[in-house]
Amino acid sequence: MSDQERVLTGSHFLLGDHACAEGAMAAGCDLFAGYPITPSTETAERLALRMPAVGAIFLQMEDELASMSALVGASLAGARAMSATSGPGFALMMENIGMAAMMEAPCVVVNIQRGAPSTGLPTLVGQSDMMQCKWGSHGDYEIVAYSPSSPQECFDHVIKAFNTADRWRIPVFVMADELIGHMTERVVIPPADQIPRVERKRPRHKPGDPSFLHCLAEDEDLVPPIVHAGEGYRVNFDSLTHDEKGYPATFPDPHDRLVRRLVNKIRLHTDQIMEYEEIFLDDAELAVIAYGSTARSARRAVNEARKDGIRVGLLRLITVWPFPENKVRELSKQVKAFVVPEVNLGQMSRETERFTSLPVIGVNHAGGVMMAPDPIFDTIREVAKNA
Amino acid sequence: MRHDIRVAGFGGQGMLLAGLLIGKAAALYDGKEAVLTQSYGPEARGGASNADVIIDDDPIDYPLITRPDYFVAMFQEAYERYRPVMVKDGILLIESDLVKPWPDEGPYRGIPATRVAEELGRRIVANVVMVGFFSGATGLISAHAGEQAIRNTLRPRLVDLNLKAFNAGYEYAKKQEAS
Amino acid sequence: MPEILVEAHPIDAVFRTDRLPHIFCPGCGIGPTMHAYAQAILESGIPKDQHACVSGIGCTARVPGYMDVDSYHTTHGRSIPFALAIALVKPEMEVTVFSGDGDLFGIGGNHFIHAARRNVDINVICINNFNYGMTGGQAGPTLPLGAKATTAPYGNTEPPFNLPYLAAACGAVFVARWTALHVRQLKDAILRAMQKKGFTFIEVLSPCPVGFGSPNDIGDAIEEVWLYRERCVVNHDAYLPDLEIDLRRKDVPFVMGNFVDIDKAPFDPLAMMKNKGE
Repeated sequence: MSDQERVLTGSHFLLGDHACAEGAMAAGCDLFAGYPITPSTETAERLALRMPAVGAIFLQMEDELASMSALVGASLAGARAMSATSGPGFALMMENIGMAAMMEAPCVVVNIQRGAPSTGLPTLVGQSDMMQCKWGSHGDYEIVAYSPSSPQECFDHVIKAFNTADRWRIPVFVMADELIGHMTERVVIPPADQIPRVERKRPRHKPGDPSFLHCLAEDEDLVPPIVHAGEGYRVNFDSLTHDEKGYPATFPDPHDRLVRRLVNKIRLHTDQIMEYEEIFLDDAELAVIAYGSTARSARRAVNEARKDGIRVGLLRLITVWPFPENKVRELSKQVKAFVVPEVNLGQMSRETERFTSLPVIGVNHAGGVMMAPDPIFDTIREVAKNA
Repeated sequence: MRHDIRVAGFGGQGMLLAGLLIGKAAALYDGKEAVLTQSYGPEARGGASNADVIIDDDPIDYPLITRPDYFVAMFQEAYERYRPVMVKDGILLIESDLVKPWPDEGPYRGIPATRVAEELGRRIVANVVMVGFFSGATGLISAHAGEQAIRNTLRPRLVDLNLKAFNAGYEYAKKQEAS
Repeated sequence: MPEILVEAHPIDAVFRTDRLPHIFCPGCGIGPTMHAYAQAILESGIPKDQHACVSGIGCTARVPGYMDVDSYHTTHGRSIPFALAIALVKPEMEVTVFSGDGDLFGIGGNHFIHAARRNVDINVICINNFNYGMTGGQAGPTLPLGAKATTAPYGNTEPPFNLPYLAAACGAVFVARWTALHVRQLKDAILRAMQKKGFTFIEVLSPCPVGFGSPNDIGDAIEEVWLYRERCVVNHDAYLPDLEIDLRRKDVPFVMGNFVDIDKAPFDPLAMMKNKGE
């Protein structure tokens, strides 16, 4: 397959969902497994058209349980694998997101969030899967999640997601929302040789070397090298707690060792993973924290407030997980309060509260319509007055 | 400067394509910023259907339109639904055979887009006739950009017909101005 | 005498001997079936490196962990889509799902019918011991009517699945049923499944003296094995709807055989692209 067919270099006027698909194409996604669900279906439809044309595998599975399981299998067979879904499907994926974390199978899931809980608002925007994305599967594990604020970022973040997944051997999420998924805007796709690509760490040992322990992390990053199906290593991947050899080891000590490593490989390296954008924060007395579609309204509200002479800045999250806790701690020494607008009833605002003793004022509604700039602006003005 | 444009008709009139062509022309061929959104609710099936386009010289933050500056109405129901939210002194363009403005309506411009399309052989291109008329009447997208958008959006076998439709609408606007 | 002693059994070559002995109970049918699978791997002519063994959760699902091939012990019920993805990404591999009746047909039933419908090139070996053994003998989707289990203490009121009939109806290209006693026929069936392109299914009726035998007044493993032996008849041409297992009717035999062996194009997600060029 040629890079030209894979990477549509140039400027496009693209739907956010389609930009997610083009990000997957540009990132070299080998296999997509998904199930139709509004408002993410356009991603699957685009990939159904694009992937077979370059010899890649598009699968419409029987459900999201199967989709997520297929992603882990494909990943451990050496493929870059992705799915796209929305809240109800994301809920079904949780079981095997845990398996991806446990087996350290890199993979990417795009979640175009809609109003929830349950079937909720299939065609309308929500941002209420933020905690589900962090904590949805059982047990302690770490994931990374991006939050695009535009179709351009849908494209960019899917590429980042694949690279982060392969770098750290974890499931990575692109937590877009219906507004972003269903808006159309200019997307600039760079030449194929300018698409960043991080390769998976591969073993130094040859197949058959008895000293090779495929679940042993020898490096400082705590990430073991990955072996793929059919390479001759003939190792065991287990959803059970396993030892360094990959064999079941269902005892407290190996369990703590394994789970602690799965968690620490991310927690100890958040500085290498975390990304955010700082807008007018230098002299800010008030900080707004926003992500996804809401960050667009927050930007307008901050601009308007600045025109009124209010010293307010915006911390726009690019990775929502890991959350920039140190940045919040640092800002806490400078600002008087935080304003956290989001289309849910207070998920990331609660996370913010964990790292500051300052007032954290949420601007919330439960979903169905994009957060408008006005309530954010009004809150900024109110908080500035009282601060 | 930001311009909020709402293109509305009934389901099947190709309002999304009209919005896409306007936005794409601005964003890719006129060097401007543009955002297209549409309503995805159940109301998008049948009845009034609309596409919202914002064109700006600067990056666009808030992508939704509450009160359009420009309102293109292709059908009576769409006119009646959205006309009240258009800004005062906004620019109104209508499909003059399908929309009968209220008696107290202010200045507006109209084109019998469906009839013009039928004269070209396919009434289905009435939406693109309207895009051409929008270009000619408002200048918010250039004729060149509109044509490029058509060339790079539609299937090759449909390009010629749609270019004709666009030009017919554009010329209609220009002649209307001259008369 | 010394000349007949060997360091290792030939079949050790396909086992992870450092993990043996296995965890299966005395009298359990999983061990002999695992042995038949191992023998089939040896005889298949397909290098060990090209075999993958995938399972869900349950007693049977421990099998891949003992095999010296690429092995994947996945989540409960999800082995088939996992295996499907490996088979599509690495089409040169011989992918076998080895799991139990509860895993494959209770929690994982939807994946089974869809993989069979697609005719994915994988083999599914199902140990059917009529119960959830690992969790302590609960009723499963194959538990015969009237049979007892810890969650069916008064006897099962639900009709069980007829697995060969189900697999055939969904489109499997090879369908067989044997018991864990029929080690030779079983090995031959597994070998045949490995040779075939497409979705193959082998049901293995297996004694579970603890989970199934005990609550159903079957004294021990030997008695359960005798029960199978006495009632088994081999009929490759059996009418599949007749393959239901009813323990209460002593006059109805357990029918064994290789019931389906047909050829059909295996699932290829790129098939339409390839046909285009022709």
